[in-house]
Amino acid sequence: MNSHTNVAPIATLRDAQERPDVVSLIDVRRHFGKTAALDGVSLSVRKGEILGIIGRSGAGKSTLIRCLNGLERPDSGQVLIEGRDITGLSESQLQPLRRKIGMIFQHFNLLSAKTVEENVALPLKIEGLPKAARLQRAAELLDLVGLSEKARAYPSSLSGGQKQRVGIARALAARPALLLSDEATSALDPETTHAILTLLKDINKKLDLTILLITHEMEVVRNIADRVAVIDGGRIVEEGAVWSVFADPRSETTKSLLNTIRPQLPDHIGQSLTQNPVGEAVLSVDLAGPDANAPLFADLSAALPHAFRLIHGGIDHIQEQPVARFFIGVPDPSRLDSVLQFLKGRSARVEVLGYDARPV
Amino acid sequence: MTPVLFDLLLRSIWETLLMTGASGLISLIAGLPLGLALVATDRGGIAENLWISRLLGAIVNGFRSVPFIILLVALIPVTRLIVGTALGTWAAIVPLAIAATPYYARIAEVSLREVDRGLIEAVRAMGGNRWTIIREVLVPEALPGIVAGFTVTLVTLIGASAMAGAIGAGGLGDLAIRYGYQRFETGVMIAVVIVLIVIVCGIQWLGDRLVARIDHRA
Repeated sequence: MNSHTNVAPIATLRDAQERPDVVSLIDVRRHFGKTAALDGVSLSVRKGEILGIIGRSGAGKSTLIRCLNGLERPDSGQVLIEGRDITGLSESQLQPLRRKIGMIFQHFNLLSAKTVEENVALPLKIEGLPKAARLQRAAELLDLVGLSEKARAYPSSLSGGQKQRVGIARALAARPALLLSDEATSALDPETTHAILTLLKDINKKLDLTILLITHEMEVVRNIADRVAVIDGGRIVEEGAVWSVFADPRSETTKSLLNTIRPQLPDHIGQSLTQNPVGEAVLSVDLAGPDANAPLFADLSAALPHAFRLIHGGIDHIQEQPVARFFIGVPDPSRLDSVLQFLKGRSARVEVLGYDARPV
Repeated sequence: MTPVLFDLLLRSIWETLLMTGASGLISLIAGLPLGLALVATDRGGIAENLWISRLLGAIVNGFRSVPFIILLVALIPVTRLIVGTALGTWAAIVPLAIAATPYYARIAEVSLREVDRGLIEAVRAMGGNRWTIIREVLVPEALPGIVAGFTVTLVTLIGASAMAGAIGAGGLGDLAIRYGYQRFETGVMIAVVIVLIVIVCGIQWLGDRLVARIDHRA
């Protein structure tokens, strides 16, 4: 078996048109006792992309991310890192490989007995770099994450956001080909989360760094991921470009994870809906991509005056793509068919959710 | 107190400090690796090996369950082998060190176990090996507890060294029994107690200051 650990070939491919897979998982399974944490996961991460893996707690995401650097060993299947299967490697063979995979953690995992710069320099110490070179690189990285003035401070004096910046600097110290993020923003407040995600996105662009992040928050995926994979019960239940999954979620898991972030029919209306076609028909209208840029409702109004009213909804922009989701009411059921026809003609996905018999 | 008794007091102080210091040092050098081994070989440890873990645990428990005065006598052949004699201050250091090592190992073990597993995982994820984990994570992160535990061990050793008079090792405890108690020299008894209080407080103060200096946890 070829066991060289050189990562240089990938660097030369950086400028090539095609984006090779940095990571591929092939039918990876991992059981703990009788429960399957990973039940046949196949997945790939392309060079330079940010892949978000989202799932509820216990869905298997932690196990999945730990399979990528050998902290967790699958029972079966293949884990290819830059084309090389790591599942058969011994602990000492994995060590040089792990140096090229950075990892950041929910609870930062900074060493309390070391200063910020010593923490950042630790991966380089493990690599065997001389002290002066280590500290110089640490200074560069602290500059990158905007924490130069804290180099000599101890982690206990930092805020959560600052600790995660140190975590990111440390993960980047050894110039990794891949960054793994294990719920890196889950312990942070929304504002700090946003700042950390912006930093990750910047690093992704600046260094063309491949990032795989796991999270239970759709907001995180929405903000920075290029592609998303939804994991549930140890299986990938849905996968695709973030904007298209947000626009048209297929699995129930995805839909429910999206609940907090997509417009939802207000509860008081949803509760009074019946399937009996009496009263106002309530519709959901979904549109995404170029179709969502057209003045849909203005046109609908012009074609069918006074046929509908807006109940709730909005247009989000994900990966620079408009993703629209509206709820409308059609008070006169006799006009429902023409409204449906018009909307479908504009390639909207329309669903009649029910009828509200209460007077409007 | 007569000048003779005062000289005796000074000599006893030296003997106590020598016994405590030497056996303390040995217990640190041997007990810390033993504590590390207990943590590393236990379930989920960095060098999991349950048989070794159980064996080490049994040995440690065995030594710790024997009262020191019995260990002192039982170890006489070992002492004679190492020091050449079974009597005197140097001879007492052997049983003291042998008793203190498992004691300190258990104290160090508690501190080492408290090190956040996330930190070990982080260093493994960086590509660190076991030795890196010990050197960069376990020992430095547990150091405040390791130092505080060493302070406790030293104070315990001062107490235990009082029994070493039984094999002619001298020391403050021996002085207090032979002069203060058996010869009714109340002055000697009071002096010994005061000196012991000063030594114990001094060690504790030094230990606490050192811990405060090295502890950077929140």
